[in-house]
Amino acid sequence: MITVTLPYHLRNLAKVEGDVQVEVEGPATIRSVLDAIEKKYPVLRGTIRFHDTDKRRPWIRFFACEEDLSHEPTDSALPEKVINGEEPFFIIGAIAGG
Amino acid sequence: MSGVRVLVGTKKGAFVCTSDERREKWDIQGPHFMGWELYHLKGSPVDPNRIYASQTSGWFGQVIQRSDDGGKSWHTPGSKPEDLVSPQGWPQGESNKFVYDGVPGTHQHFDGTQRPWEFKRVWHLEPSLTDLDTVYAGVEDAALFKSTNGGATWEEMSGLRNHDTGPQWGPGAGGMCLHTIIQDPSNPNRLYVAISAAGAFRSDDAGQTWKPINRGLKSEYIPSPEAEVGHCVHRIAIHPSRPNTVFMQKHWDIMRTDNAGDEWREVSGNLPTDFGFPIVVHAHEPETIYVIPIKSDSEHVVPDAKLRVYRSRTGGNEWEALTNGLPQQHSYVNILRGAMCADKLPSCGIYFGTTSGQVYCSPDSGDTWRPIAEQFPGVLSVEVQTLQ
Repeated sequence: MITVTLPYHLRNLAKVEGDVQVEVEGPATIRSVLDAIEKKYPVLRGTIRFHDTDKRRPWIRFFACEEDLSHEPTDSALPEKVINGEEPFFIIGAIAGG
Repeated sequence: MSGVRVLVGTKKGAFVCTSDERREKWDIQGPHFMGWELYHLKGSPVDPNRIYASQTSGWFGQVIQRSDDGGKSWHTPGSKPEDLVSPQGWPQGESNKFVYDGVPGTHQHFDGTQRPWEFKRVWHLEPSLTDLDTVYAGVEDAALFKSTNGGATWEEMSGLRNHDTGPQWGPGAGGMCLHTIIQDPSNPNRLYVAISAAGAFRSDDAGQTWKPINRGLKSEYIPSPEAEVGHCVHRIAIHPSRPNTVFMQKHWDIMRTDNAGDEWREVSGNLPTDFGFPIVVHAHEPETIYVIPIKSDSEHVVPDAKLRVYRSRTGGNEWEALTNGLPQQHSYVNILRGAMCADKLPSCGIYFGTTSGQVYCSPDSGDTWRPIAEQFPGVLSVEVQTLQ
C-alpha cells in the first residue's frame, strides 16, 4: 500500500481525513499512483492532472523523501521508501500569492 | 407559505440564504466548499431542489457540484463508484471534464497574437426551463457546453465557438468568458449568449448554429468600433413575456433591442455613468430595468462613494437613483455581472452582492434596501429562487 498525502482542499473534495492509502496496479510510479487515486476517488479526476492530456496541473507539485518529483517522468519508479509504505507520496498545492 | 432562497457564490465558498415572503429575516447556511471560488449557482426551474454550482480553483481546476435537496447537501454528479463505469471498470468521474470538441483552434489574445483555446473555468450554469437533467454551461475560454444527465458529463455545443469570427474573439480583463446564457421561454430553439469580449450571439436552431447580434453597438476602445464581434458585453437580460426585447450592460453603454438583437440602440440616458456589469429586468414589469453604475473601467467602484441602484420604468433612458437603505458615503465597492437578480414574488424583490461581501435585498422593487449579509467574502454571483 502506498500512502498519499493530499492537499487540504482535495481531502475535503474527496471527503477523507488524513492520509489516504492506495494499492497500485503494476510498477509504482507517479502515474500509477495517480491512476489509483483517481480510481478510488473519481471526484479528483481533473484536479491533479488535466483530463485530456494527463499533464500535471501547473500549481500542483509532487514530493517524496524530501525530493521534488514534479518534473520527473511520470513512469519513473517511486523511491523505495514510498513503495514499501515508510514514506508518503505528497501531492501539494503550490504556495502562491501574498 | 411562499418565500425565497438566495444562492450566493463568493470567492471563498457558497451561501444559501432563505426567507419568507417578507424577506426581513434570513437563515444563512454555509459556507459550502469553503476556500473555493463559486462562480455561479443556479436552481432548476423544473424542480427548485435541484441546484447546480460551479466550484473552481486556480490550483485544482473545475468541479461541478449538484444539490438535489435545495442546497442542504451536495455531490459531484457521476463521481460515485456506481455511476458511469468506464470500459475499464472505473468510475469515470467526468462531471468536471470540459474538453473542446475537435481541434480547439485559436483565438485572439490581448497582444493581438493567436492563442489556442484553453478551458479554465465555468462562469455560468443555466438549467433548462423544461428538463431537470439538462443544463448549459458557459465557460472560459469562451464556449458553450451542455449536459443532459444532470451534470454527470458535458459536451461542447461547438457551433458557437466554430463560428467564422471565433479567431477574432479576445479576452476582456476578466478573461475570455461566456458569462450569460438565456433561453427563450416561448421558443425552445432560441438561445442567447454573451461573451467578453466577443459580443452577443443568438441561435435559432437550439444551439446548432449561431450569429453575432452586435449591430448598433459602438465600442470606441476597439480597433473597429462597430465591428461584427469584439465588443465587451457585460450582461444581457430579458423579460420572459417579451423575449425579443433584450437589455444589455455593455462595458460602457446600456443598450436595448426589440428585434432579438438584429439592431441595438443606446438607452443610457441620464445615468451618472453607463459603465457597469449587471442588468436585471423586473419580474412583472417588462419595461422596468435595473443597473448599478460603476465609475469607470479604470476605477471599479461606485461613483461618488455612494452605493446606488438605478431603475428605469421606461425601458431605459430615464433613470432614478434608489438609495433608501444603501450606504451613501464611503462606499468603494463593485458589483459583478452575475451578482444581481430579481425574484418573482408579487412584490418583486431585487438582490445584489458586492465585491466587498455585502448582499442586499429590496423586497419592494428597489424602493428600500436591507442587508442580508455584510461580511461575506467578495460576491461573485447572486441568484434567487422563488419558492411556493
